Amino acid sequence: MSAGAPSKTRAFRPAKLRKGNSVKRRQAKWAYVFLSPAILLFLVTVIYPMLRSLQYSFFKWPLGNAKKTFIGFDNYQKLLFQDDLFHTSVKNTLYFTILTVIPTIAIALGLALLLNSKQLRGRGVFRTIYFIPVVTSLVAVSYVWRWLLEPTFGLVNTALGWIGIDGPGWLADPGWAMEGVIGMTIWRDVGYYMVIFLAGLQTIPKEIHEAASIDGANAWQRFRRVTFPLLNPSIVLAAIIGVIYGLQLFTQVYVMTGTPSKLPGGPLNSTTSVVLFIVQQAFRPLEMGYSSAAAILLFLLIMVVTLVQLKVVQRKFEY
Amino acid sequence: MALPTVFRRRAGSALRYTVLTSGAVVMLAPLIWMVFAGFKTLPEILTVPPTILPNGWAFDNFISVLRDTPFVRYFFNSVLVAAITVGSVLITSSMAGYAFAKFDFPGKNILFVLVLATLMIPFQVRVIPLYVLASDLDLLDSYVGLVLPGLVDAFGIFLMRQFMQSIPSDLIDAARVDGASEPRIFLKIVLPLAKPALSALAIFTLVASWESFLWPLLVVSSPDKFTLPLGLAQFSGRFITRVDLQMAASTLTVLPLLIVFLFMQRRFIEGMATSGMK
Repeated sequence: MSAGAPSKTRAFRPAKLRKGNSVKRRQAKWAYVFLSPAILLFLVTVIYPMLRSLQYSFFKWPLGNAKKTFIGFDNYQKLLFQDDLFHTSVKNTLYFTILTVIPTIAIALGLALLLNSKQLRGRGVFRTIYFIPVVTSLVAVSYVWRWLLEPTFGLVNTALGWIGIDGPGWLADPGWAMEGVIGMTIWRDVGYYMVIFLAGLQTIPKEIHEAASIDGANAWQRFRRVTFPLLNPSIVLAAIIGVIYGLQLFTQVYVMTGTPSKLPGGPLNSTTSVVLFIVQQAFRPLEMGYSSAAAILLFLLIMVVTLVQLKVVQRKFEY
Repeated sequence: MALPTVFRRRAGSALRYTVLTSGAVVMLAPLIWMVFAGFKTLPEILTVPPTILPNGWAFDNFISVLRDTPFVRYFFNSVLVAAITVGSVLITSSMAGYAFAKFDFPGKNILFVLVLATLMIPFQVRVIPLYVLASDLDLLDSYVGLVLPGLVDAFGIFLMRQFMQSIPSDLIDAARVDGASEPRIFLKIVLPLAKPALSALAIFTLVASWESFLWPLLVVSSPDKFTLPLGLAQFSGRFITRVDLQMAASTLTVLPLLIVFLFMQRRFIEGMATSGMK
C-alpha cells in the first residue's frame, strides 16, 4: 500500500549509491532467489491447472480415455443454453449466497455493536462462544445439523414447537432443504464476521463518537452517520469474502443431503450447487471437458460478481 | 432528571445481556447436543420430545468409533498434512513477501499483480486439472498428492508483503553495511520482526488445512491416508442411520482444534481477523 515510501529513504544510503549498478543487480538476483519457491509452486499448482482448465473446456474428454476431441464452444453452449441442471445449480448457488451473506453480515454487525463496549462484563466470554463454531470441523457440524434438522425428533423443530410453530421437513423437503443449509452456514460463520467487525470498530476513535454526542446526535444517528461509514471497509471486505465463499458452496451440501444410496444435491436437485455440479460431471459421467467449462464459468461468475461488488458497494457508501 | 437516564441505561444493558445470552445459547446448543448425543443410546436420541442430558455417561459410542475405525490414524494424517502445509506456506509466503516488500527488481509489478490475480481463482476451478496432474505424476492416493495444492498461498504472500513493508529499510541496510549475507538478514532480522504476521498466517492456514475436504475426497482412496474430515464422512456414510455413533465421531473430530483454540483464543481470533480472506 505504501509503495512510494522506500524511494524517500534511498537518499540516505551512501553505500548503495557508491556501488550503483552492481549492487542493483545483486539485489535483483537475491529477490529472484527469495521468490523462486513461491513462483515455482504457483506455476505447478495454480497457473498450469488454470490454463489446462481453459484448454479442457474446449474438448470432449471422458476421464480415463486418452482421446480428446476438440469441439470449440460446444461445452459452453450446452451449459449456457441447454443444461437445466446447470441452470438450477447456478440459481441454487446464488440463492444460497444472497441468503447467507446478507443475514450473516447483519447479525454479525449487530453482535459486534453489542459487544463493543469496554464496560460490558463477560465480553471475552461472549466473543469466544460466538467464535467457537468457526473452528469446528465443517464436515462434523454438517452431520450435527443433518440431525438437528430432522423433521420429527430434531432439535430445531422441537424448539419451533415450543413457540407453536409446526416446523417444515427441512432437508427432506425440496422447498426447505436449501434453507436448512443456509441456516447451518449462518450459524457457523457469524462469529467470524463478528470478529472482523469488532476489529474494525476498534479502529474508530472514541472522540468522534463523543463529539457526535455533544452535537446532539442520538444513538441511531451516531450509528448511521459515524460508525457505519467508518466501518465501511470492514463491511466491504466481509461482503466480498462472503460472496466468494458462498459461490464455492460444496461441503455442507455434500454432507447434509447425500447418503451412500442417494447422490447429494437433493431432494429434487434443490440443493445442487455449481461446485457439486462440477465434481459430479467430472467424476460421474466422466466428462472432464464439460466439467472444466462449468468451472471456467464459475470463475467468471466469481470475478464479475466481485468486481461489480467492489464498484457498487464502495460507491454507495462513500462519505 | 437523572433517574430516567439511569433507568434507561439499566434497561438497555439488561436487553443487551438478554440478546447476547440467547444468541450464545443458539451458538452452543448444536455443539452441546452433539456431545450429549455421543453419550446417548440410539433409542434415547430418537425419543420425542428429545431429552437434553443423557441418561448415563457411557463411553460405548466413542469406544466403538475408535475400535471400528482408525480415527487416531486419521488424526495423525491431518496433523501431518497441516504441518507440511503450514510450514510450506510460511516459508514461501515470507520469502516472496520479503522480496516484494524490500527489493527492486525487473518484473516486480507484473509478478505482484499476477499473485493478486490468483487470489480470485477459486480452488474448484483448478481442481480437475490438478486431479489429472496428480494422476499423471502418479501422486493419487499419496501424501505428496494430498498436500500439493496447499503448498503455496497467494494471500499469505500478500499478507507478508504488507507487513514487511513496515519493517524499516535502514535496519536491513545497516546489516548489509556490516557485511551480513542476504539469507542471514532474512533469517535473523526480518523473520523475527515479522512474527505477528507469521503467527496469524500460521493459524489461518492451519484452520484451512484442517477443514480441507474436497481435495482429499478426490485424491485419496485408501483409508490409511484419510484425514479427519474424510474419515468422518466415510464413517458416517457407513453408519448413515446411527446418529449415536456419528455424533461420537463428530465430537472426536471437532475436539482437537477446539482445544487448541481454547488455549490460544486471543491469537486465534486476532489471526483470523487480520487474515480475513479465503
